[in-house]
Amino acid sequence: MKVKYFAWVRERIGKSEETVEPPASVRTVDDLIAWLAGQGETYAHAFETPRVIRAAIDHAHVKSDTAIAGAREIAFFPPMTGG
Amino acid sequence: MAANVTIRIQQADFDIGCEIAALTEGRIDIGAVVTFSGICRGSEGDEAITALTLEHYPGMAEAEIARHTETAMSRWPLTGLTVIHRVGRIEPGENIVLVLAASAHRQAAFQAAEFLMDYLKANAPFWKREEKPEGNSWVDAHSHDDDAAARWTKS
Repeated sequence: MKVKYFAWVRERIGKSEETVEPPASVRTVDDLIAWLAGQGETYAHAFETPRVIRAAIDHAHVKSDTAIAGAREIAFFPPMTGG
Repeated sequence: MAANVTIRIQQADFDIGCEIAALTEGRIDIGAVVTFSGICRGSEGDEAITALTLEHYPGMAEAEIARHTETAMSRWPLTGLTVIHRVGRIEPGENIVLVLAASAHRQAAFQAAEFLMDYLKANAPFWKREEKPEGNSWVDAHSHDDDAAARWTKS
């Protein structure tokens, strides 16, 4: 699946998107955050406070316990500050 | 007559007069247009701001705004809505965002404009980065923005 990062999540990881293949045990958005946090120092820094990270699946906001099965694109970002 | 909905995300500035004219042109069923424009401030508290850079999530930002305009259209008797959000580098005094809500009467237009701005602030995927003399930083989200959006779900 394709994963995208925005704002300081993007800056900390050092890339705006990538394709990842997590193991089958990674079922929810929370699981994916925990798995990504284990992918290196930059990821650990980006996801050090999981509760502030917001997620979207295929361009719609989702809660952290949402299943990721079937997702084409998952995005992680900080709380939004537009407007 | 069908409602006139315009959603744009762009780097360029917008002309509020032209946007109102486009929303009302050729119609005699509109009695009220409420305009909200968000403008870049040159300071935040005691700190000077040199500029803002707006980042967005292309695709989702448009989709999220469209969902909110559909909600507003179903909730109030509106004849049209315009939402324009700028991205990229914006200096103090420049426009950031425009919401226009048109209706036969003012109450629906006022409420729809406020609803849309509250929802945009809390839910549309845009992020502001401040340039300051002492360095750059991402703007922290405010819980009062979430509270402002949440009050529309209570009634």
